[in-house]
Amino acid sequence: MNRQSAGRREDWAGAVLSDAQESRHGLGPLDNRALGGEVVASMTSVTCGYHRQPVFRDVTLTFHAGQLTGLVGPTGSGKTTLLKALLGLVRPQHGEVCVFGKPVTRATRARIGYVPQLETFDWQFPVTAEQVVLMGAYRGMSWLPWCRASERGAAFRLMEQLGIAECIGQHIRALSGGQQQRVFLARALLGKPQLLILDEPTVGVDLKTQHDILHLLGDLREQGITIVLTTHDLNAVAAHLPWLICFNRGVIAQGPPEVVFTTDILRSTYASEMLVLRQHGYLLVANSPLVYQGHHGDQLD
Amino acid sequence: MISLTEWPLASLLEPLTYAFFRRALLASCLVGALCGLVGVYVVLRRMSYIGHGLSHAVFGGAVISYLMQVNFYLGAGLWGVASALLINEVAQRRKLGADAAIGIVTTASFAVGVAGISRQRRFTRNFEAALFGNVLGITPADLWMIAGVAIVSVVGILALYKPLLFSTFDEEVAEVYGIPTHGVNAAFALILAAVILVSMQIMGVTLIAAALVIPASAARLLTQRFDRLLWIASLIGAGVSVLGMYASYYLDLASGASIVLIGTAMFLVAWLMSRGPAGE
Repeated sequence: MNRQSAGRREDWAGAVLSDAQESRHGLGPLDNRALGGEVVASMTSVTCGYHRQPVFRDVTLTFHAGQLTGLVGPTGSGKTTLLKALLGLVRPQHGEVCVFGKPVTRATRARIGYVPQLETFDWQFPVTAEQVVLMGAYRGMSWLPWCRASERGAAFRLMEQLGIAECIGQHIRALSGGQQQRVFLARALLGKPQLLILDEPTVGVDLKTQHDILHLLGDLREQGITIVLTTHDLNAVAAHLPWLICFNRGVIAQGPPEVVFTTDILRSTYASEMLVLRQHGYLLVANSPLVYQGHHGDQLD
Repeated sequence: MISLTEWPLASLLEPLTYAFFRRALLASCLVGALCGLVGVYVVLRRMSYIGHGLSHAVFGGAVISYLMQVNFYLGAGLWGVASALLINEVAQRRKLGADAAIGIVTTASFAVGVAGISRQRRFTRNFEAALFGNVLGITPADLWMIAGVAIVSVVGILALYKPLLFSTFDEEVAEVYGIPTHGVNAAFALILAAVILVSMQIMGVTLIAAALVIPASAARLLTQRFDRLLWIASLIGAGVSVLGMYASYYLDLASGASIVLIGTAMFLVAWLMSRGPAGE
């Protein structure tokens, strides 16, 4: 582990090393209270799955107010199922999921914003960007089929803040990947959520857009919104996210990127060799081919 | 002798001298618009198979109500509601496979109707009418029933406009955003059952699915806006029905078949238009 870079985040690393509850690797705590703030969401010994087949087992996690957490793991590891358990869309087979101190109900969900995987949408569906954003406020709207000027105004202001105001009347398919992500983010933010859950928000976008989205999430976190997201892009999360959970049908490790991105933890998470490079305070994760070229294990600054 | 300029107008007006045609035209226009409107959701929700199955399920109820000498709308309506709720329920369970479960429910119900007919051979004509449509039999009471269902369905769809749009676009997320998707789906299934019930006499069981799917599919090729889609599909549905009724009158075709054939031609025109540079 790179002690120097870890030291830059002394408070978190300290929490990692002092926490009594250690993960399977003994490196990451199962509780990140050191991040401060009240507990927004918690999972206690949760086992979840479909048709009595568990997808993940015995997961205990807490998410604190104002925390920005990335969930990384291979495809099929149960990341999306974990998010759905937080949303109350998948009921735990065992254990308890609490959001804002209570089991998830319709009232609890009013304080949650959700951005699903964009791959799941029918992009031919006849809706404009504005119509998608306005869906985020349907909960509090009247039964009238049209939206009021004030509701449309709020949607426009939010789209303006996210830099997508010019897309307002465009069909969703006509937008770029980054604009599509922002439209669905705007939908999630229109209801003023305190907990924002995003499934693969950086998939299918270029590097610049990826950085923009993660910076935007950082800004939202500064405003006190608790954010949980899943991603496959390890380098992007290493550069932008302060707290990561390595997940594969259970919590492998959690902590700051400097702590959890080690070859051992990544091997346990992905069942594959990965090289972790540390250069001038930056973390880079490379796939296994480099290993065969003579590089092994963590590379220090 | 009628001049060339007078001929189209005379052709339009001549059938209207018959009361049965006026009733049939009004009924088919209402049913066409209604099927176009409801069909938008059927197409976008990929429920075409459910629409097809539900029309067959209602047929069973129609035969039972005839055999038991119960009012058609009451007997077939109750049967249709039960079938719609059952289909809606099984469609959401994935273990068996929704298509297989729906196939079992609807064909079993259809078989009940066929079995009833085979036991009582005295109403072959009604059997044909139920299967292929017979506008000659539209009574003023039928017209009132169609108008009533049209009003209730339009009001229902307008009242559920936002929840229906959200749950059609993204059902799982709609649930997160507080939309009671289960209730919305059930309400839509009931509207669909009512529309199918009143469309049976015009379209016939075998062709109702086409009336639901074709106008909405053609409209979808012409616009990318949901609100416009509802209008265009309704207008296409009504227009196709009116043209189909005249074709039925002059060419002596079954009303349902002529409406569907003209609808198919309309779809081809929309498809060709959408392929051009002006298509969205």
